[in-house]
Amino acid sequence: MNAYNFAYLDEQTKRMIRRAILKGVAVPGYQVPFASREMPMPYGWGTGGVQVTAACLVPEDRLKVIDQGADDTTNAVSIRKFFQKTAQVAVTEKTGEATIIQTRHRIPEQAMTEDQILVYQVPIPEPLRFLEPSEVETRKMHALEDYGLMHVKLYEDIARHGEIATAYAYPVKVEGRYVMDPSPIPKFDNPKLESSALQLFGAGREQRIYAVPPYTRVVSLDFEDHPFDPSKAPHPCALCGAEDSYLDEVITDDAGSRMFVCSDTDYCASRREDAA
Amino acid sequence: MIHVANLAKNFTLHNQGGAVIPVIAGASFRVEPGECVALVGESGAGKSTVMRILYGNYLAQGGSVRIGGLDITRAAPREILALRRETLGYVSQFLRVVPRVPTLEVVAEPLLALGRPEDAAFARARDLLTRLRIPERLWSLSPTTFSGGEQQRVNIARGFAHAYPALLLDEPTASLDATNRETVLRLIEDAKANGAAIVGIFHDLAARDRVADREIDVQAFTPRLP
Amino acid sequence: MTPLLDVQGLSKHYGGRIGCADVSFRLYPGEVLGIVGESGSGKSTLLNCLAGHLGPDSGQVIFDTRGDGPRDVLTMSEPERRMLGRTDWAFVHQNPRDGLRMRISAGGNVGERLMAVGARHYGEIREAAADWLGRVEIAEARIDDRPSAFSGGMQQRLQIARNLVTGPRLVFMDEPTGGLDVSVQARLLDLIRGLVRRMGLSAIVVTHDLAVVRLLADRLMVMKDGHVIETGLTDQVLDDPQAPYTQLLVSSVLQV
Repeated sequence: MNAYNFAYLDEQTKRMIRRAILKGVAVPGYQVPFASREMPMPYGWGTGGVQVTAACLVPEDRLKVIDQGADDTTNAVSIRKFFQKTAQVAVTEKTGEATIIQTRHRIPEQAMTEDQILVYQVPIPEPLRFLEPSEVETRKMHALEDYGLMHVKLYEDIARHGEIATAYAYPVKVEGRYVMDPSPIPKFDNPKLESSALQLFGAGREQRIYAVPPYTRVVSLDFEDHPFDPSKAPHPCALCGAEDSYLDEVITDDAGSRMFVCSDTDYCASRREDAA
Repeated sequence: MIHVANLAKNFTLHNQGGAVIPVIAGASFRVEPGECVALVGESGAGKSTVMRILYGNYLAQGGSVRIGGLDITRAAPREILALRRETLGYVSQFLRVVPRVPTLEVVAEPLLALGRPEDAAFARARDLLTRLRIPERLWSLSPTTFSGGEQQRVNIARGFAHAYPALLLDEPTASLDATNRETVLRLIEDAKANGAAIVGIFHDLAARDRVADREIDVQAFTPRLP
Repeated sequence: MTPLLDVQGLSKHYGGRIGCADVSFRLYPGEVLGIVGESGSGKSTLLNCLAGHLGPDSGQVIFDTRGDGPRDVLTMSEPERRMLGRTDWAFVHQNPRDGLRMRISAGGNVGERLMAVGARHYGEIREAAADWLGRVEIAEARIDDRPSAFSGGMQQRLQIARNLVTGPRLVFMDEPTGGLDVSVQARLLDLIRGLVRRMGLSAIVVTHDLAVVRLLADRLMVMKDGHVIETGLTDQVLDDPQAPYTQLLVSSVLQV
């Protein structure tokens, strides 16, 4: 595979992406435009996250890729193989062993450390998009901290459903300044956005990169009388018995039987190994 | 209270070849507090025009009109509005109100505009409407649907709600029956007794003789055409 | 007395065409100013320049702010102007669709300005919204309905509630009764008048409907070809118009 540059992208492109990442780190929560490249996979498969990962990887890294918490789904397997081929980096499924974790829709259950980077794949980076279709206007709203509209959405939720019904991609305010879309992670994961690890967000189709540096304040938006509630299904994991992890509902037959299991496969497996 | 000096008024009809029609020239008179003056003269002599100038409704082309110290021919609109709110009342022949506003509110409005407490304003309005024999069942309705005589009485009630120091009356007793006419004349006499300076147009000669202290013939102000 | 709004030499050109030229006036607290003229007379251009929707070529728009006294709105920073736009100023559009969020409930529409200035208590926001719906005569039961389910008159009243909920001191209205049935117009006019008096609002109302200004406005400004050609007390301008154009305008109104 010597026909490819290290981690697929050419050095100039990686420098360009790193500059965007640095700017994002300097202005937490701010969406930095970048010249997103065509990648050998379709949009929606994590082209933004892949470009950010490519720009961060060094030969000594150990990469973990998860999709909805699982290491063994098509998307995770494909991206892991992609970097094994193009960067010859080591890979792992262990959260604790990885130096870079690329994720789609989850934050690992195991607390992350200062030595780790978490790269999110982001479909729509603009939290105001469904309220205000004009990009010109949403940028102005960010610039002027004009965020009343965001609460209007939460108001509508409560008015319609009696509670804030937004269950994923729950908007947050970063370091008291920018309102940010945390990518479609379940709101259960929102408290974990305040982390020791560097968190980077890449949106390939929308050409935006943003970042939450370690130990940044990340507050989920709410009302005083309807406070943010990072709820999850009220069950323990059917496999490992964990009561503190985010669960997937799995249908087990066509008679309506189902079970709730950890969405974080590594977390679940480690707990079962420890128990054994 | 009301001091008119050398007043002149022309109408310029720009859309009829710019014709200039002089209607008043050299009008001068005074009305003291507690005095009622009747404007007399043939129809078209300019009685209503004088009244409208006194109220600031028509612009004067020359001279001055001082009411309560303010020369309304030179005053800013907001000064005239303040004067109309506090000092200068006008009972015209026609009621002009926002549709849908209840009669009681129409009558109380001048007091509410002065910032008087609502209960006092409405009490005064009820009193006046009762004295002017507007049936109570009509008070919550808009006067726009009333008969001409009823509208006239609502208009009078509204005009007398606040005790203006200067008052302009344009045929206040026209189209009223004897009882209501008597009530209106009493209201005028009360206002005079309270020190109001009143200028009125009365086609009802008996009424004029009863309330007016003197007459001013506006034909004296009619410009002599060359 | 300090004027609430002091406009000096305001001009706006569209290329070689005049939008409005050298407009100056003062608006005092509690006053309602009517701006009349036919389509293309520059009245809407003027209103949009005043409200900060359009940038004029020259002139000053000095507003007596709550915090810092008189300040030229045109030299304010955009965040300051926006803050003014959702606190002390209100803008009622002719078409309620331009002033409402059609896909958001009536309550959310009214609450938006409150949330924009920092209200974070759902119960209180909802209470304020319900109170304002009542004041504009919309049943509280409709609080969760979207404006698209409302009649034109109700939409316009909702727009007014949405604008007045933060207790502004200056309201700009662009043909507020345009496009409504006559009976609905009357109700709306009555409502606006009551609110203006009770809240001590100042307002600038642009319209071509002379009956509307007679009932609403204390003072009038008549515009033609971008210029102010006559000003004065509303009843004086309508009953004794001086300028040739105003005489034509007044005499052209159909009498009912």
